[in-house]
Amino acid sequence: MNHPSNAAHAHDDAMHEHTGSLRGYLTGFVLAAILTIIPFWLVMGHVIESHQTTILIVLALAAVQIVVHMIYFLHLDTRSENGWNMLAVIFTAVLVVIVLGASIWVMYNENANMMPMSPQYQHHRLGS
Amino acid sequence: MPDRPAIWNFLLGRLSLSSLPLHNSIVVGTFIVVSIGALGVLSLITYYRKWGYLWSEWFTSVDHKKLGIMYMVLATVMLFRGFADAIMMRSQQAIAFGSNMGYLPPHHYDQVFSAHGVAMIFFVAMAYIVGLMNFAMPMQIGARDVAFPFLNNLSFWLTVSGVVLFMTSLFVGDFSHAGWLGMPPVSELKQSPGPGVDYYIWGLQLSGVGTLLTGINFVVTILKMRAPGMSLMKMPMFTWTSLCTSGLIVVAFPILTATLFLLSLDRYIGTHFFTNGFGGNVMMYVNLIWIWGHPEVYILILPLFGVYSEIVSTFSGKRLFGYSSMVYATAAIMLLSYLVWLHHFFTMGSGADVNSFFALTTMLISIPTGVKIFNWLFTMYRGRVRFDVPMLWTMGFLFTFTIGGMSGVMLSVAPADFLLHNSLFLIAHFHNVIIGGVVFGVFAGINYWFPKAFGFRLDAFWGKVSFWFWQIGFWVAFAPLYVLGLMGVTRRLSHFEDPSLQIWFIIAAFGAFLILLGILAFVVQIYVSIRRRDELAVGNDPWDGRTLEWSTSSPPPPYNFAFIPKVHEREAWDDMKKHGYQRPLEGFNDIHMPKSTSTGVVIGVLATVFGFAMVWYIWWLAILTFVALIGTAIWHTFNYDREGYVKANEVGEFEQHIGNWEPKAQGATS
Repeated sequence: MNHPSNAAHAHDDAMHEHTGSLRGYLTGFVLAAILTIIPFWLVMGHVIESHQTTILIVLALAAVQIVVHMIYFLHLDTRSENGWNMLAVIFTAVLVVIVLGASIWVMYNENANMMPMSPQYQHHRLGS
Repeated sequence: MPDRPAIWNFLLGRLSLSSLPLHNSIVVGTFIVVSIGALGVLSLITYYRKWGYLWSEWFTSVDHKKLGIMYMVLATVMLFRGFADAIMMRSQQAIAFGSNMGYLPPHHYDQVFSAHGVAMIFFVAMAYIVGLMNFAMPMQIGARDVAFPFLNNLSFWLTVSGVVLFMTSLFVGDFSHAGWLGMPPVSELKQSPGPGVDYYIWGLQLSGVGTLLTGINFVVTILKMRAPGMSLMKMPMFTWTSLCTSGLIVVAFPILTATLFLLSLDRYIGTHFFTNGFGGNVMMYVNLIWIWGHPEVYILILPLFGVYSEIVSTFSGKRLFGYSSMVYATAAIMLLSYLVWLHHFFTMGSGADVNSFFALTTMLISIPTGVKIFNWLFTMYRGRVRFDVPMLWTMGFLFTFTIGGMSGVMLSVAPADFLLHNSLFLIAHFHNVIIGGVVFGVFAGINYWFPKAFGFRLDAFWGKVSFWFWQIGFWVAFAPLYVLGLMGVTRRLSHFEDPSLQIWFIIAAFGAFLILLGILAFVVQIYVSIRRRDELAVGNDPWDGRTLEWSTSSPPPPYNFAFIPKVHEREAWDDMKKHGYQRPLEGFNDIHMPKSTSTGVVIGVLATVFGFAMVWYIWWLAILTFVALIGTAIWHTFNYDREGYVKANEVGEFEQHIGNWEPKAQGATS
């Protein structure tokens, strides 16, 4: 959308500097494909014995996948929009880590202390 | 579904004549009063043939100033609604002791307190802060409008959609009785089969989207459209707090949307995210809603911190003390507000380590807030303080908010919270900070910027009457609740047994009536000021202001500034005045401006009907309006006729006529 009212100081030509090249898109595509195939293979082929380890590896690869998308497809770098894009991403990342991390921590606590209240479970607990 | 031919069930969903609360005399009475009032307003508009004017100059306008004013009007109307709920609760609690059950049955009382919270937070406080930011922020940064003017209009109409749905619940069906946060399991289908919670969900979803769009709009506006020379550290304090609030909106509101969406999945298609059985987890809802809910209270208060900063420095005739520390304090609050949400449910069963962590972060956040209080005090210190109405509200805030903040620190001590949570002490605390902080700030802001918006001041006498009734009324209404809370009285009760408590509730009800007088005095103030507008007319800069909005006309032209100002110093207008700035009277250029559009209104109406159809399970209408909604949005992207020019000669005419125009009475300051 245009914002005509401020044509006088639309000094944001930095916007047009970082459009991607074919090479960049292909690199991104290949990396993304590899990062998708590995977890698929890990799960389908039952490569690793431990279920837990598989989940952790898949999650780690997913995190790398996000970074790949941001760099190659969203053209994120430290210069675009005078660094505001990077700052926004860092702010978002920090908050996502806080929200997810602390939620897991909180809910783990709640769960251990309070849940669940169904009669069978109570019985099971008392019986053991 | 009601018992009737299937075609009716298809056409009307679960809506039927019995959905109208005709059996409830209070609601019927309210309906009659509201209808007569609405009919009166509508027929007056028709009589004076103002529909065309309202449509073309206001409803379809994308001008940030007009949208700001419309937000303020909307919020004021909803303040009356929310306050009517408050006075109902206060009078019920004052009489419902022992054998007297009062006049509100629990089922109705629960709706009243839920509606009071929803109205006050979402439709009063949010609408007020968005209105103030809309009006003042673009002018403070020397811009001619916001970055996305149409989006701004759309945000407003989506907020109105939420309000209309919320108000509809009063007369068609009922409202949620699950509290202002719609806590499961009460808000689940099994416990609340009626339309109340669905009204709540869709009202909040629609207005929430509007708020989110506003947040995005303002972040982009502040980052991209500042006048040349205005680096971040030269921005006015109100602009800084608007930026931080908008940032918070952008990251917090999606959480609300997602949480309510999960709740609606539970209610509509039978998932079990927050149910008691089948693996659902009620605590997850509480956790998620407060991850939004806590930043939300800082979303509300931060812009008002900005308002106070502007007012303190203007009315003390000094630069703001500790500008940088103020900026860093705001930024710190912005981040810390994401680290405290668990203090809303210390008692839900987290371990000691979790509770201590969140108790510490909560205590920590009072430090940057304290920094701000001292900065305002030091700004006043040795200043030539003028006690005009905006300054009175600010001093009332300093006194009231500080005490509210201290009771908040008491609540942040987790072991103490085990005694105080869910009690009237908590109610007293958050009203202390929200009334003392947000509401006082809104009235300060209204009195401060009103002359900018309309070219005349608000009457000072009635302003002072309103201030004193609010200030005294607040303490009379809420100090008893602190006492009752410490005695262990819990919130949300419609009836009490212990007669020794009654005197406190009677005092609290008396306080609420004092506040009512404060609100009435505000209405009188507006009315008297409009009647005496010629005497109260002021120049462009009635308060000897320091920021750029005071450099343009009152009321400002649609384009705000004929020439975009160049900024050299922090308080740019003060700096310009010191250097003998003269407003140019020639050499004007055509000014490129966005055009009005009716798309926002159309989408708003469609969204309202969509929400209503979802509430009543009228699936065909929901699908139809949803498709139309998306279709209209897409159609609007092909509308290339969005911009026009204000011609140079029109600008010149306006500037030469208004720019130098000074009325007889030169403001309050002479």
